[in-house]
Formats: sequence, C-alpha cells, structure tokens
Amino acid sequence: MKYYDKLIFELSKEGRCGYSLPVNKFPAAPEVPLALRRESPLPLPQVAEPDVVRHYTNLSQMNFGVDTGFYPLGSCTMKYNPKINEEMAALPGFAGLHPLMHAGLTKGALKVYQEMNKALSAITGMYTFTFDPCAGAHGELTGLMIMRTYHLQRGDYGRTKVIVPDSAHGTNPASAAVCGLEVVEVKSLENGRIDVEALKPLLDNTVAGIMMTNPNTLGLFETQIEEIAALVHGVGGLLYYDGANMNALMGVVRPGDMGFDIMHLNLHKTFSTPHGGGGPGSGPVGVAKHLEDCIPDLRVSGFHGNFAVILRAYAYILSLGKDHLQKVGQYAVLGANYIKECLKDKYILPIEGVCKHEFVFDGLINDGAREGVPGATTLDVAKRLLDYGFHAPTIYFPLLFHQALMIEPTETESKETLDAFIEVMRKIADEAAEDPNILHEAPHNTPISRPDETTAARNPILKYQDTL
Amino acid sequence: MAQLSYLPHTEADVQAMLEHVGVNRLEDLFSDVPARFLHKGAYALPDALSEQEIRDYFASLEAMNARLKVFVGQGAYDHYTPSVIPYLCSRSEFLTAYTPYQCEISQGTLRYIFEYQSMLCALTGLDVSNASLYDGPTAAAEAMRMAIACTRKKTRVLLSATLLPHVIKVVQTYAKFYGVEIGLVQADGGQTSLEALKAELAKDDVAGVIVPSVNRYGIIEDLTGFADAVHAQKAILIEYCDPSALAVVKTPAEWGADVAVGDGQSLGLPLSYGGPYVGFMTVKKEHMRKMPGRIVGQTVDKDGRRVFVLTLQAREQHIKREKATSNICSNESLMALWVTIYLSLMGPEGLKEVNRISTDGAHYLKAELLKTGKFEDVFPDKPFLKEFVLKPKQFPGLMQKKLEEAGFFAALDTEEGYVSFCVTEKRSKEEIDRLVTIVKEG
Amino acid sequence: MSKILEGLKYSESHEWVKVEGNIAVIGVSDFAQAEMGDITYVDMPDVDDAVEAGEEFGALESVKASSELISPVSGTVVEVNEALEDAPEMVNEDAYGAWIIKVEMSDASELDALMDAAAYKAQIGE
Repeated sequence: MKYYDKLIFELSKEGRCGYSLPVNKFPAAPEVPLALRRESPLPLPQVAEPDVVRHYTNLSQMNFGVDTGFYPLGSCTMKYNPKINEEMAALPGFAGLHPLMHAGLTKGALKVYQEMNKALSAITGMYTFTFDPCAGAHGELTGLMIMRTYHLQRGDYGRTKVIVPDSAHGTNPASAAVCGLEVVEVKSLENGRIDVEALKPLLDNTVAGIMMTNPNTLGLFETQIEEIAALVHGVGGLLYYDGANMNALMGVVRPGDMGFDIMHLNLHKTFSTPHGGGGPGSGPVGVAKHLEDCIPDLRVSGFHGNFAVILRAYAYILSLGKDHLQKVGQYAVLGANYIKECLKDKYILPIEGVCKHEFVFDGLINDGAREGVPGATTLDVAKRLLDYGFHAPTIYFPLLFHQALMIEPTETESKETLDAFIEVMRKIADEAAEDPNILHEAPHNTPISRPDETTAARNPILKYQDTL
Repeated sequence: MAQLSYLPHTEADVQAMLEHVGVNRLEDLFSDVPARFLHKGAYALPDALSEQEIRDYFASLEAMNARLKVFVGQGAYDHYTPSVIPYLCSRSEFLTAYTPYQCEISQGTLRYIFEYQSMLCALTGLDVSNASLYDGPTAAAEAMRMAIACTRKKTRVLLSATLLPHVIKVVQTYAKFYGVEIGLVQADGGQTSLEALKAELAKDDVAGVIVPSVNRYGIIEDLTGFADAVHAQKAILIEYCDPSALAVVKTPAEWGADVAVGDGQSLGLPLSYGGPYVGFMTVKKEHMRKMPGRIVGQTVDKDGRRVFVLTLQAREQHIKREKATSNICSNESLMALWVTIYLSLMGPEGLKEVNRISTDGAHYLKAELLKTGKFEDVFPDKPFLKEFVLKPKQFPGLMQKKLEEAGFFAALDTEEGYVSFCVTEKRSKEEIDRLVTIVKEG
Repeated sequence: MSKILEGLKYSESHEWVKVEGNIAVIGVSDFAQAEMGDITYVDMPDVDDAVEAGEEFGALESVKASSELISPVSGTVVEVNEALEDAPEMVNEDAYGAWIIKVEMSDASELDALMDAAAYKAQIGE
C-alpha cells in the first residue's frame, strides 16, 4: 500500500467537466423564483473523468479488504464475498425496478423475497422474516419493536425492561433505548456465560424480554440456554437472538429450536455480502409463529429494505444449498479452535475449552514490561499485525477483559492462511518479550503511522472547507 | 458432490486441524451444545447450484420483472448513473473492507467519507455532516430523536403533511416506540401552512419541526418565516431535502434550518427496488455532539502527514451503550462513495444541468398532459422542478395499464387521489411524446 | 501519585467540591483526569438547569471513553466554565483549577456525606 495525499477538491480546476449529459431538447421552463433560488456558491470539485478514476483508484490502494488479505475481525465475520453475487445484484432487470411499482410488475423481485424467507426460516427455525431493516442494529431495533408490539397487543402494558448481558454488543442496549425500553444488565460468570442465578431476581412481569448472542461475544455457547429460555418465558418475557454470531451455528443449530422468539441476521456477515467499508448491510428479522401478527404495522425503512443486498445473499444461499450449509458452521468453528490452540501458550486465554467461531485472548502472557519500558498492549499487537500484512482482530471488546483481542477466522480461510497468521502472532509475542518498543512504534510499513486522535477530537476538522 | 469453491479445506487439512485441537470429528466441536438442539438431517433448502445454474436462474427471475421507463419519483429518482461509478465502487479494496477501525490501512475509506461530508456540507450549507445513515426516512427519524435530545423537556415533534408519505410513516414508527408525540402540520395550497405551524408551536411542547424542501407534490416550498417561528419557541428546524435539487433551490442554511436530512439516492444511485440507498444528515456546529452516526475528521500522524480518522466517537453506541445518540453502528459507506464519485463527476455545473434538463422535461410533460384534457391542474401557480401531480378527470386505472403495456411506469396514484409524474434527464422528448399519445388515446 | 487538595470535599465518583458560601464549585479530581487520559470534551449542563446529588450532570470524553459526571450536591447551576468548551485539556493540566460548574445548593447538609482529603486519599489507595 502506498501513501497518496490528495483530496478530490485539490484536483479541481474551474471549467473542468466530468459529466456527459444529453443536449436539452425541451423548451425552457420558468426559472426557479428568486425567493426560492439557491444564492450561495456550490463548492463541489470540477474535475475530468480520468482525474476521478485515478484519484479513487489511488484511494482504494490505501485500503485493506477481505480480497487483500486475512481479516480476522471478531464479531464481524469477514468471509469471502463471492463475485457472482455482485453480478447478479447488478442485473438491470433488478437494478431498474422502482420501489413503488405494484406487485404485477415486480414478480421476480417478490419471488426473491419469498424464497429468501423460506430459506432463512429453514436455516434458523423461525416462522417468517421481514426484510425491511438495513443493518444489524436496525434489525435489533425492529426486533424490539416487534417484542413491544407483542406485549401491547395482549394488553400487557407494564413490560418496560429488557435484559442485556454485560458481554453484549453496544448496539443491544442502544437499540433498546431507542425503542423506549429500560436496559437491565445481567452479569457474566467467570466462565463467560450468563449468570443464571443473577438473572433470576431480575425476572418479573415488567420484563419484555432478554437479548442474547449465542455463541456470545466471547465465542462461547450459552450452555444454559434451555434453562434461561424457560425462566424468561416463565415470566411472560420473550427471547431475542442477536444474529451477529450466527456463522458459528450455520447448518448445525437453529435459534428457533433453542427457544428464541425473535432474531435478526446480518446478511453482510453470515451470508457473505460485502461489508462495503461499513455498509450497506441488511438485517432481516425473523419471528416465531406466535409473533407473526406483530410485524405488519412496522415501517422501519423507506421501501423494502436493501434489496440489492438481499439478492446477493440469495445467490450465496443457492450456491450453498443444503449440501454445503453445515460446512460453514463447522469450518468456521474449526478455524477458531485451531488458532486458539496454536497461540494459547503465547497469549492469555482467560476461558479454556472449546470455542465457537471466535474467541478472546486477554493480551500477551509476556508483554515484555521492564524498568522504564511499559509492556506491549493489545493495541500494540494489533498495530504490529498490520506491518505483517494482516488486518487486526477486534480489540478492547468485549469489555469484560482489559486487553481483549477477539479473533474470528471464518470458514473461507485455508489452513495455510491460518498457519501464516499463527506464525506472525507468535513472532509478535516474541518481539514483545524481547523489546516491546518495536510494538509501541508499530505500524512501520503502512501508508501512514499512528494518528493523533486526541487533536482530531479536540479540534474537529470535519470537512474540506474547514481546512481552507 | 464437489467441495464448494469458497471453502479451501482439503480432507487432510481438516484432519490435521482437528488433531491439533484435540478432537476426532467436526461434530465434536459442538460438544458444548445440548444434543437435542443439534439439527438432525438435511435442512429444507434446495440443492446447491453451480455458478452457471445461478446465472440462468437469476435470468429467469429477472425476466419476471417488467422493464419500464420510469416516470415516477416519490422518493426514488431515476437519474443517470455514470459508468465510472459502479466501476470504481466495485474495486474490492473498497467493497470488501469493513468500517475503518484500523485507520493505518483504511485511509481510502476515511478519505472518501471526508470528501462525502464536505460535499454534503457544500450542498446543504450546514457545518457538519456525518458519514451517512441508512436512508432518507430513517435519517428523518434520527433527526426527530435528535430534536428531543437537543431541546430536552419537550415531547412533541411536528411533521409537515407535505413530506413524502414514506418519510412520515417511518418517523411515526420510530416516534411511537421512542415515546415522542408526532403532530402533523397541515398544508395550504400544496405548501406547508405557516399559520398552522404557528398554532401548533404555541402549545410550547415542540422540540423540532420537519419540513420538506421540495415536497410530495413536487412543489418547492417557501419557508419564509419558518426558522424564526420555530426558533422563537426554542425548537429546531429540520429540512428534508432532495440533495440533487439543492443545486438550484434555497439551501437549508439559507432558510435558517438547524438540521438537513434526506436521501442521497437522487445522486446517481440505481432504483434497485428501494435499496440500498443512503441517508444523509448535516447540522449546525452547535448540534454536532448530538448527531448520530460515524464522523470522520482530519488530523496528523506521528510523522506529521495529513491523515483521517473516525472521531467524536464518544457519542456512539460502542462507548456510550444505552446513552448513545443512536443505536446505529456503521453507515451506508459504499453508497456514500457512490454519491461522492457522482458529485465529483457532475461538479456544480453538471448538477445544475441535471436539474435544468429534468425540470424542462417535467414542465413540457405537464403542459402536454394538460393539453389532452384528461387532467386538472391541482396547483397551477406553484413552482416545481422534476416532479408534479395532476388530478385525473376519470378513474386512472385503465390509463395506467395502457402506459405499462407501452413500457412506461407513470401516473402513480397518491393518497389524495392525484397522479404523480416525474421526469429525469434520462427521459427523452420522444419518450414523453409517446407517453402523451398513449394518454390521449386511452 | 495524584494530587489531592486539602480543604476540598470529595465524592466517591471523584468529583471535588469547593464551598463558597451557598455556592458549590464542582470539578473532577486529579486522579480522575489521570485515569481518563487526554480529555477531548466536557459535556456540561446549561445555566439554570437543576442538578441532583448522585445524579449525572454531564460527562468527560476521551477518544475511546466517556465518563459520567455525578453531582455531589443538589441545586441549580448558576455558572458553567465556558473556557472548557474550547480547551478541555485544562482539566488534564490543572484538575483543581479547571472547575466545571457552580451550583447554588438547595441543601447544604448534603456536603456532610462527602469525604475530606484524607478520606478520599484512602479511597483511591494512595
């Protein structure tokens, strides 16, 4: 990767033109009335087409994607994004559909939704899905709206709380708050699972439900799920399944069979659609049969959700079929356990035992700390990995461990890739033991070095115009 | 059956890895799962398809959809997409990256988001943009919640009845669960009534007001006096905009609005049956800390180079959890790139020219349709750009059907009993003449 | 080792109070600023806002964290330190000079529940 220091605005020159529009053959319409007309200048760049292509090509070369290299970002499921899916989503017969066209004009699109609904229901054990949510957090919010609707429809107005484990993704409590629910946190045990004894006193008829990620954010299967489901259902609450970690269970376990009433999936994680630098995603929400009637009133996005993302996921499911589905979950879990076992003599493994698709280390066993030299931290390890051509794992999450380093390999990585990563992680651990300063200064080989984030936050420069 | 091409595992690899982990079979990796939850037998899915079979199947699905010339807008506009955009957006360094957590290897994403923010500020005239939101309606819903956060103690948000229907519905859904009361401000002659707004504001419980820039009838709203009335009650003014039109109509900043939201779809994104689109939000600097979503800022690295990072993150859910400004986790990044490249190519002149051709075409279509004698003009004196409504003199069902058969998607029914039309620069004079002929004959 | 000023009252959540008649001047301790690292923003209430003992009145933000400010006393905000808006680093530089808000107390007896310097020193284990 190389460093390239232009902004598109800096390539601008008065009079350059990057567009090609037809000659206007219409009679001139009346001008916009003066009182309604834009008066301020419009400081957009003026650049020619080749400038634009070269600029963004150069920008892309400062980026790292799944196609560039191994991307073991925990909880994000950075699996390979099949190319046929891109082509299918761009077909003009789909891309040209206006969202307000009636059903008679969009039979192909509607069939995609129907078939996806069937497929996702089969994979998860839910009864039906809504495809309107545009991302995972959006799915959580929608799912909680469904949860509240369910209680309200039954005249059960006092259910204002939702229980969230302390290991949960930050979006869980935030979604609950946006949905008007009060968040009650339940602690984890030392073995990383929900503390069922701590859960019991929280349960009463004010509880709308519990949000769970299973496997949880430590990559551990919530072994007491059966008891938790019985307890929550016992007081009239519902179980919400955060599908962020569904990849672990693909083809092996169905959330619906574990007692979950509502769930979302992240099509951009489990179903291979590209993350796109942070979206567009898609977060369809599935419900059990008794909640079917709670969906129809909810309009959570403009039209029908992110259709082109759903198309990609559909193509992926067709390529998996029933034949390969199971391999997804199995190989994802195999890869994570393999890395864990190969590194646990160098990194602190706080919880022993088999993990699912990801696991968490709590920093280095020997961080190299000595008189006058602080030890290497998880941030240092992450930055050093960049030097060796790998993306870093998720760091400092979950919050339960101070030096959390969360690794998720996915099933599309070969043993050779995992071995190369393991080798580098071991090498970094040795470097840290020898001289932690090598890590403190990392990265050394990337387009830029560590940025001054404090100044960025204290004196925000948030647009090009601020720099002039 | 052959191994799936996305899975690189040989049998020997699997055996070697299992051995290292210390188990015998893949199934043993799930020994912590209660046995009764392990799925037995095959899943109810179709057989796996090869790439060629997927291609053929999708072609058959595609063929089930109508391929029509689009003469309808209502929040989704058929503007032209320059071929440079999909070409660049499909570069896998952009496409297959995630959120730029590791800024040292994400400068590409961070730079284009910074450019995107700059361009949205240029269009709206406001100070600060976020890195994008899901779509226009959800951006309006986020603005509704932001109004409550900015003003505190106030419980109601007003929406103009002239906002696009899907915007009103989404904001209402969010408001219902968040516990915010929504009031509708009625229209007078196709434009939000300032008198009605003042009457509602007088109740002293209003946190914010959302009004359109160009409304559901295609009319350019005259917002004279709106900002003063709203600010007099210590509420904030939120403008819902078509960003393409902002090249020619008064900006939110010029109207005195505090927040601008809308859908970036009109900036060259394909219709795609409704998504992915991209919501935008820009705000005055004083509201920056209450803004939802990711924000990119400029700083320097250790070697003094200009670099870009995610900033002001302490507002966000991964730090503030239930106290965050929003639950949104990422943005609609690739679509923000799409918009950024579009605006780079168009520049100020191109965007104005898109508006000029679309506006001229729409006025031509409206005049020709009125000549057929089959419609009444609903708002004859109101200025509009690319979109307008007419009142059909007869039940429009048959006309719509004939238009479809002739290859046009046009004359969409509205809640008010009008039909809505839209013309973009993609529509030629010949197409319009043909459409009018069909209406005339129908 | 962090600085602890004699003559101030301290809360368990690391705010200090300097009593000036019926006005409580409130800031955060040197220990708190050091724990937080580089402070990038101080979220403060508005003048005339009511605050309550034990309740949140604002927050300190750093690049990767946000920490609530808890009011040690109840009353009405009469002044906020506007200088912190542009220079939050003042809290890092001089935690006892960089007061955050001044509160007109509604119940001065709440001060009795706070710690003196020695007790606070014991709490933070220094």
